[in-house]
Amino acid sequence: MADQTLPIAGVDVTPRRRSTALLLEWLHGWVVTVDHKRLGILYMVYGIFFLLVAGVEALAIRIQLAWPGMHFLSPETYNEFFTMHGTTMVFLVGMTIIFGFGNYLVPLMIGARDMAFPRLNAFSFWLTAFGGLLLYYSFIGGFGLYGMGAAPDTMWWAYSPLTEKAFSPGHAVDYWALSLIVMGFGTLGTAINIIATVLSLRCKGMSLMRMPLFVWLMLVVSGLTLVTITPLTAAQIMLTIDRYLGGHFFDTQAGGSAVVWAHFFWIFGHPEVYVLVLPAFAIANEIIPVFSRKAIFGYPAMVAASVGIAFVSLGVWAHHMFTIGMTSVGNTFFVLSTMLVGIPTGIKIFNWLATLWGGKIRFAPPMLFCMGFLFQFLIAGLTGIMLSVAPWDWQLHNSYFVIAHFHYVLVGAIVFNIFAGIYYWYPKVTGRMLSDKLGKWHFWLFLIGFHVTFDTMHFVGFLGMPRSIYTYEPDRGWNGLNFWISVGGMIQGIAVLIFAWNLVHSYFKGRKAGNDPWDAWTLEWAVPSPPPVFNFAADPVVHSRRPLWDLKHPDDPDWKYEA
Amino acid sequence: MSAIPVSPGPVSAGVDRWELPSRGRVGMLSLIIGESAIFTIFVVAYVFYIGKSLTPPYPAQVLEIPFFNTVCLLSSSITIWLAERAIERAKMGLFAAWWAVTIALGGIFIGGTAIEWHKLIYVDGLTIHTNLFGTTFYSLVGLHATHVVVGLIGLLLILIFTLTGHVREKHSERIQVFALYWHFVDAVWVVVFTVVYIVGR
Repeated sequence: MADQTLPIAGVDVTPRRRSTALLLEWLHGWVVTVDHKRLGILYMVYGIFFLLVAGVEALAIRIQLAWPGMHFLSPETYNEFFTMHGTTMVFLVGMTIIFGFGNYLVPLMIGARDMAFPRLNAFSFWLTAFGGLLLYYSFIGGFGLYGMGAAPDTMWWAYSPLTEKAFSPGHAVDYWALSLIVMGFGTLGTAINIIATVLSLRCKGMSLMRMPLFVWLMLVVSGLTLVTITPLTAAQIMLTIDRYLGGHFFDTQAGGSAVVWAHFFWIFGHPEVYVLVLPAFAIANEIIPVFSRKAIFGYPAMVAASVGIAFVSLGVWAHHMFTIGMTSVGNTFFVLSTMLVGIPTGIKIFNWLATLWGGKIRFAPPMLFCMGFLFQFLIAGLTGIMLSVAPWDWQLHNSYFVIAHFHYVLVGAIVFNIFAGIYYWYPKVTGRMLSDKLGKWHFWLFLIGFHVTFDTMHFVGFLGMPRSIYTYEPDRGWNGLNFWISVGGMIQGIAVLIFAWNLVHSYFKGRKAGNDPWDAWTLEWAVPSPPPVFNFAADPVVHSRRPLWDLKHPDDPDWKYEA
Repeated sequence: MSAIPVSPGPVSAGVDRWELPSRGRVGMLSLIIGESAIFTIFVVAYVFYIGKSLTPPYPAQVLEIPFFNTVCLLSSSITIWLAERAIERAKMGLFAAWWAVTIALGGIFIGGTAIEWHKLIYVDGLTIHTNLFGTTFYSLVGLHATHVVVGLIGLLLILIFTLTGHVREKHSERIQVFALYWHFVDAVWVVVFTVVYIVGR
């Protein structure tokens, strides 16, 4: 199946050779590119680079916490590291990688030549890229409380009034606010672009209900991004006004309110989790059917559940604030709305299980990571429902139980599926397969490391260890557990290094992939790997949700069964 | 040479009439949704902080209702609509005229804001730093004014290109997409006006 030639005859589709081009010319090509595929790759490379950076920050934090009374990092550096770890992972890793996938795949999946606004696309990427550099420049250029070289140290949610000029002098917080404003506009541009692409550039026959679920979810994510990133941008503008123009939005001395910042931040912050996790679902929606050899179970229910999650997610933010002192009516509302999220996510989990049911499952690396995702996302959802109960949250708020819960979502679900997606689409992007053997090492080490770290974190949370503390006394009963959490972190670090090596090594030495190595059904597998600049030699026409199935099985096409 | 896929589809696939919304319109509407969220946050902050200033001046002492400005800005929505209609019918002279009137009305609005702010700053001594009212007032009204200025720059560029003959009838859709933005700026003013000058006073 691997080298099946699909009928795009008549046009020379060999990728353009860059044999004699000078290095500078090649780099220049990447800088000025407006091609959605190249920008997608840039997003991915950028995201993976910062994944390594933020991973190193996490490991430094874990070394500091492995034993009681450690002084591996200074307290100041420790605060900077966990602030930067959070900010980087959410904005520079999560957001860039999901938009990398979206950029690369959405036009290919809907049979379009490029995004709706290619130049806006490039502009958005470079805004994001320079926003990230601005953030990291604070490590050398930011003047903070401790002098030159102060990165933001106010945690990733930057609660007021700690961020006011009186308590955070210098420029560390300014770098944080400005870089998030810049990246916010980049994100807004990409979201607009994806919406316009999906709604306006679909190939003939691809009605909304025939789009691959990946495209559906990217549409939902982009819509959610429009109303999610913008409140953060607005709040950052207010913070900047406070810091530079002497405003009083969050200045409690002049009647301003710190609680307002918390609300504004979490109005962004909670839907943001769904902005990150819906693309992870999107990846699972493509991989699980292909590796089970079955069409996805309950396509319309999946679409409805995704839209439902997006809507519900806009009304749950204050479950991050149960200890801030809301009225019992407010608490009850956010308890119930948060529990409501369980319904559409439950629908999704059952649909994935039903897709697996009776399928001919192939445990290649993409599928392995998706299986990890399914299990871990279920646990993450269950601890989420535990934390949604306000009295329970009062006990465990700001403890390591919360850290364990959201890392189960962010790593156990999102990062696992990002890895799955990279194993799945790497052959399309580079034309070569990632090594299966290294992939399996990566999977098992990462899985073991993940569970050693984050399962254990639940228990130190129960034992009362608060988050964000620099160190702890030896008599608290947290010693051994913390050591194992750190060991698990190191195992994950080794797994990610294997993955990075696999990415580089397979690019030069990997097995040739051919157009359709997984025997898949969506349009991107109909074009050569890597796809030519123009994507499709002729405009495709589709008649069902699985156009390549129709092509491979002309005697039994899908459109006979789809209403 | 064939399309992808080659398998013959159902006979009545309905792909002959394959029309999708214009990407410009979709893109602008998405931008408007995003911008609305930004304004919502600023409006919520304004409403929440009404009456919470610890020191004078208070809104009732210094704010005057800008009726003339409001009428000018809202009627510019009508003139830009007349311009849209003119370019659809290829009446380029009429288009340029209504477009110029729109710019003039927008200019009067922003000039009015400048006069209002000058009075507030130099007569009443209200700056963004003075109190919570100043902070929320200048940032909300200023955010809107920024959008008016951006709109005016766009309008002006289009007018220049019209006068040099670069804008023609075939561009009418792009003109309409831009006009959507201007309508949005006007609509936001209705909210800002109500919140700042009616409710907040």
